[in-house]
Amino acid sequence: MSYKPIRTLFELPTEENLAPGHRMCSGCGVTVGVRQILLAAPKDVIVVTATGCLEVSTVAYPYTAWRCPWVHVAFENAAAVASGIEAALKALERKGYGKRHPVIAFGGDGGTYDIGIQALSGALERGHRFLYVCYDNEAYMNTGIQRSGGTPYGTWTTTTPFGKVRPGKTEVKKNLMGIVVAHGIPYAATASISHWKDLMNKVRKALSCDGPSFIHLLTPCNRGWRFDPAQTIRIAKLAVETRYFPLYEVENGVYRITVPVPRPKPIEEFIKAQGRLRHLLRPEYADALATFKKQVEDYYSYVEMMTKATSSK
Amino acid sequence: MKVKELEEHPTFAAVLPPATSEEYDTTGWRAFKPVVDKEKCTGCLICWVYCPEPAIIRTPDRKIEFDYKHCKGCGICEVECPVKAIKMVKEV
Repeated sequence: MSYKPIRTLFELPTEENLAPGHRMCSGCGVTVGVRQILLAAPKDVIVVTATGCLEVSTVAYPYTAWRCPWVHVAFENAAAVASGIEAALKALERKGYGKRHPVIAFGGDGGTYDIGIQALSGALERGHRFLYVCYDNEAYMNTGIQRSGGTPYGTWTTTTPFGKVRPGKTEVKKNLMGIVVAHGIPYAATASISHWKDLMNKVRKALSCDGPSFIHLLTPCNRGWRFDPAQTIRIAKLAVETRYFPLYEVENGVYRITVPVPRPKPIEEFIKAQGRLRHLLRPEYADALATFKKQVEDYYSYVEMMTKATSSK
Repeated sequence: MKVKELEEHPTFAAVLPPATSEEYDTTGWRAFKPVVDKEKCTGCLICWVYCPEPAIIRTPDRKIEFDYKHCKGCGICEVECPVKAIKMVKEV
């Protein structure tokens, strides 16, 4: 894999593929991530989106916020549409018409964890050359904060309220990266919008490989996570600094932590900042808090263990 | 059918020009507007990369300007500015 790494913000283009005037919420984390990804990607990119916040808010007819070719078909098939485009471009290139433009598919956590997982799995297995970005805001924010497979344990959502019986969601956050890596794809990574250089270089690396690649991007949602819109980047940074969301990449099966967190901040700082988790700090939810902490620690040590186990490969 | 032949056929779907959302005004979305102190601003572009819109314009003198037609007043730029050159001012 050869790619040109990004070192400073000044080398990024001034012209962007995402235009202002879209209807994403004030302080939305998704558009921060999408902008950063499109700034790092070549200008001739083709974008596919699954149904979700990004799709409904950027293309309210007759307006469109995209400057690049953009397509949306249905909720579940962003990866299938992207593979069709890629296969068509491949055939056209073989016949001497044009070239294989980079294809990026964006899906939310609902469109990736739950609804689009079969299309994603199929596309990864067939080995199409495209990048799938899962922007994870950890619930179905577009329809009003319903729980998804990406919602962490103990979280308040409108379908998993907390009370005397339950502390919020009682299931674990699905290990999506584990599922994706199990397909044996050339490149998969997690990223956070707060670490722009890390994210942009991962995008460049992902687009440079000949085969499917995947980026799991954490995008805080001020409406669903219940915090002040100005704190979006702070929360994303806290998620990394408290080891809640480890940033790592898996290149041909070799794990590597790209942003090591040797001295993590207490997880309470991350919980305290958000209304969806704050109830865990109440004395009656002490058990749930312990479970939440254990799951965060277990996941980080799982990533560390995989890094050690695959380092000699 | 060759691609050249396809081009000769009329287009059936109405294809809009790109980036028409620029015409849409989101001024009414905000209660506070960001104001930059050009003396303090070092032109590091941290606010630009973290703007969800993008409503921050890079100027040729390596500073920034706000696009008040599209700014939704979230305040991320004020929080993230490393030299505190951006202040959120109440709209009148």
